[in-house]
Amino acid sequence: MTEAYIYDAARTPRGKGRPDGSLHEVTSVALSARLLNAVKERNGLEGHAVEDVIWGNVTQVKEQGGCLARSAVLESDLDESIPGLAINRFCASGMEAVNLAANQVRGGAGDAYIAGGVEMMGRVAMGSDGAAIAVDPSLTFKTYFVPQGISADIIATEYGFTREEADALAVESQRRAALAWQENRFAKSIVPVRDQNGLSILDRDEYMRPGTTLEDLAKLKASFKEMGESMPGFDKVAMLKYPHLDRIEHIHHAGNSSGIVDGAAAVLIGNAEFGKAHGLKPRARIRATAKIGTDPTIMLTGPVPVTEKILRDAGMAISDIDLFEVNEAFASVVLRFMQAFQVDPAVVNVNGGAIALGHPLGATGAIIIGTLLDELERQDKTVGLATLCIASGMGAATIIERV
Amino acid sequence: MTDFTMDKGADDVAIITWDVPGKSMNVLSLDGAAELNALIDEALADAAVKGIVITSGKKDFAAGMDLNVIAGMKQGGAQAVFDGVMTLHHLLRKIELAGMDPKTKKGGKPIAAALPGTALGIGLELPLATHRIFAAENPKARIGLPEIMVGIFPGAGGTTRLVRKLGAMGAAPFLLEGKLSDPAKAKSAGLIDEVVADPLQAAREWVLKAGDADLVKPWDAKGYKMPGGEPYSPSGFMTFVGASAMVHGKTLGVYPAAKALLSAVYEGAMVPFDTALKIEARWFTNVLMNPSSTAMIRSLFINKEALEKGANRPEAPDQTVRKLGILGAGMMGAGIAHVSAMAGIEVVLIDSTQEAAERGKSYSTGLLDKAISRRKSTEEKKAEVLARITPTTDYAALQGCDLVVEAVFEDPAVKAEVTKRAEAVIPQDAIFATNTSTLPISELAKASARPDQFIGIHFFSPVDKMLLVEIIKGRETGSRAVAKALDFVRQIRKTPIVVNDARFFYANRCIIPYINEGIRMVAEGVSPTLIENAAKMMGMPLGPLQLVDETSIDLGVKIAKATRAAMGDAYPDGAVDHVIFRLADQGRLGRKTKAGFYDYDEAGKRQGFWSGLAAEWPEADTQPELTEIQHRLMFAQSLEAVRALQEGVLEDIREGDVGAILGWGFAPWSGGPFGWLDMLGAPRAVEIAEDLAAKFGPRFAAPQLLKDMATKGESFYGRIGAGNKAA
Repeated sequence: MTEAYIYDAARTPRGKGRPDGSLHEVTSVALSARLLNAVKERNGLEGHAVEDVIWGNVTQVKEQGGCLARSAVLESDLDESIPGLAINRFCASGMEAVNLAANQVRGGAGDAYIAGGVEMMGRVAMGSDGAAIAVDPSLTFKTYFVPQGISADIIATEYGFTREEADALAVESQRRAALAWQENRFAKSIVPVRDQNGLSILDRDEYMRPGTTLEDLAKLKASFKEMGESMPGFDKVAMLKYPHLDRIEHIHHAGNSSGIVDGAAAVLIGNAEFGKAHGLKPRARIRATAKIGTDPTIMLTGPVPVTEKILRDAGMAISDIDLFEVNEAFASVVLRFMQAFQVDPAVVNVNGGAIALGHPLGATGAIIIGTLLDELERQDKTVGLATLCIASGMGAATIIERV
Repeated sequence: MTDFTMDKGADDVAIITWDVPGKSMNVLSLDGAAELNALIDEALADAAVKGIVITSGKKDFAAGMDLNVIAGMKQGGAQAVFDGVMTLHHLLRKIELAGMDPKTKKGGKPIAAALPGTALGIGLELPLATHRIFAAENPKARIGLPEIMVGIFPGAGGTTRLVRKLGAMGAAPFLLEGKLSDPAKAKSAGLIDEVVADPLQAAREWVLKAGDADLVKPWDAKGYKMPGGEPYSPSGFMTFVGASAMVHGKTLGVYPAAKALLSAVYEGAMVPFDTALKIEARWFTNVLMNPSSTAMIRSLFINKEALEKGANRPEAPDQTVRKLGILGAGMMGAGIAHVSAMAGIEVVLIDSTQEAAERGKSYSTGLLDKAISRRKSTEEKKAEVLARITPTTDYAALQGCDLVVEAVFEDPAVKAEVTKRAEAVIPQDAIFATNTSTLPISELAKASARPDQFIGIHFFSPVDKMLLVEIIKGRETGSRAVAKALDFVRQIRKTPIVVNDARFFYANRCIIPYINEGIRMVAEGVSPTLIENAAKMMGMPLGPLQLVDETSIDLGVKIAKATRAAMGDAYPDGAVDHVIFRLADQGRLGRKTKAGFYDYDEAGKRQGFWSGLAAEWPEADTQPELTEIQHRLMFAQSLEAVRALQEGVLEDIREGDVGAILGWGFAPWSGGPFGWLDMLGAPRAVEIAEDLAAKFGPRFAAPQLLKDMATKGESFYGRIGAGNKAA
């Protein structure tokens, strides 16, 4: 079978997803197009060099609606003959774009793709695209719908994680992210955001709070306690699904959950011929991809079964993986992953994660693949696994192997 | 028979009067709807008619749809139900559009509703389709949509119209809780438009002066926006997210009507009005075809009403109680005194000291003060009620009582003594009732000189809140005593069931096994949380452990000791006793001691489970399936109900079902234990029972009656449907 290789991985710095965030002035189309241009330039590609642009994005309304991928291609320096495909698998959209591109290449449908995603969370609010699963009684009753924060708290309750453990993970994420920047570990991937005049807008992840301590976090109020316990009372719904729980421990708050940010990421995927034709050296091959559906109520446990699945499919064991990226949507998601596989925390999210750096929904899946590859190269290790939990009960994973 | 008549008066207003012959309250039948349809057609076509007023010939407007008709509709299957509902929609929509031009919205005839009194269910849905609703200044009138209480929801446009009028949030209490309001509150809530002295006159005047614009409903006008927003507007989204969660949490997923209602609201909110009506009809059909709504209508409406009207009352002259003697002014006696005085009965409340008797009366004072503070009563009413209660120690005051209820300590000797003392004073033809929950009536009757006039009337606590009264016939109890008890229960507006004398009668007989099964599971290592949630998810109001905390663990101990003494070696509940004796030994007697299976705070508010519980009875590593726990809890009650029927303690399954729901809150969605077993079907019920018996013991063995039914392919309601006291 044809192999799919990663030739490049790039991302923008992540801006605070708020009106005073540095990227708030940039449209999602512009941010996407400038990143596509950067990939084109960095790799000396012609405008028609890739088969398609597969672009992940979750909140596909307003400026992110109307097939954002096509708009981004047309705004970029790529040729108009490149079509553009916008996809949505919630938080794993960016990863799904990469996996889809890789599997197209492996299947012989085109030599190369740019795959990634964008989310301008400060400009197009999360949830503003609606979601039947949250409001259509036929679905809410059937799936025992609760918001993700409640699901994260259910994981903590079910698997016995305390607020202190979650906060410790968050503090460590901040420490690692700060160290990574200090040591310039993101240098290969970061593409500073510039305006139409070439002036710099943002060249550094700005959501981080280096030096965050356990004491700082202890002061924060649990974010989902009120909606769980009183109005409208999601805990009651959760306990209908999990009647062995007599209460839900609400341990998550703004400091141990992923940050709301703006950002984009892109990965250049191609077969061996593509590399030869363009004089590019493959950095890693996509060894395996997987996705899975899981219990929609506890919702965020997908990384465990999807990792089991991808290892099974690839004929590998957890011990074959050198480094992990497990998206820090909520602290309990990562704690559960480490608990299930008994992996050393030192090899999971080596340079911090979304708690410190932020989680631009549609982009994160592509970001962590890039981060994983950079770190494998830095440590000169071989195999890495990236995985994300996904809204409505799904999971996605990618295994990459340096070549 | 005509339910609707039309009078076209001299002033060009057609008055359509709803007056169902032979009924005290109007209810809508399919024939009635057809009559109304014809009259509306006639009035709209008649050039001389300038406006129409729909009113009632009775003191109230209407009690709703004839639920017997609703129950019958499903015989024709889903298509027949849907078609029937759509016919109703077309009629109401015709009234709403009133012949106006569909484009210009001009030229319609004003139609108003004039409500002299109560307007419930379709009695409000019909007015909601008119252009203006006038209600009389009648604080006793009740206005609202109570359909949800019997397992359905407003299906004649009430759901769609109210949501469009008030928004999803505003309509929620009326649709989801069936909240009823008096006319003044109904007006301020926006359910109706005017409250006036003479609604018919006001409506008549209004239709004569109403202009084209007055006839156009907001949802038929251009640019209509639903109050609070449709589901995918920013504010509407939050409302609908919250609504789903609240309804789901509150109904625990066992009431299909609440979910269907919500679906009708959600789906209807995103489409034009007429499409929304079709959606409403589809969900209404869906609910009506659900066995739960049939069971709920049957038990909570049709059969409850039948029992209240004396379905099982023996032939006897009117036995209305005029003067009631109550022996014992404790909590039960005081409660009985209160509800009786509220019903206009003169009460003599006797206790051994004047102080105790006065304290019993002060219970009423407290309840009335609370009612006044909530504006549910007045100082005058309070004075009237209190004046009816005479607290005394003097048995001579019982002279002239036609009924005496003793509620003294549960001790046969004490009861025998007060029986004798009272009978020495009361008239020869007076009936003597004992309010016991545990002692056999036939034994107590031995103290009576007139055992045929001696009967058990078992009240539930708290008397003023509980809806059921269990009447127990002793061996020698005569039919006049039964009639007396039934007439008394009717006076105090509670629902009676009549059963024969046997250990724990009916209600307690069924509820004790429920509690015991929960306690057994604790001893087995089943998670207490799982036990309680399993019960609640079957629709039980309280889990068995919370229930025993409420009723008190020492009562359980007392009953266990008495039962063990009576049964000897056959006593089957040793595993239960082990747990409750252990708790009782540690002073954990339930809520009253602020310690039981649960912990309580200083104010008596329930906290989590007692932390020592897991140490005493460790939770097993492997927990049983939820369904198995639920089957144990439900079969413990239901099989006992079947045995009560088989043994003749229970004579009528309607009483068994209504009594179970009102007496101890047995899963109302199921219509009661017999309704539930019918839903399962006898063969499946026998199969489950035998499985449980094999695993957990002979207490789950299927009674012969159930086995016979399984063999013959019978159901409980099918069985009696063919014969005697059918519902």
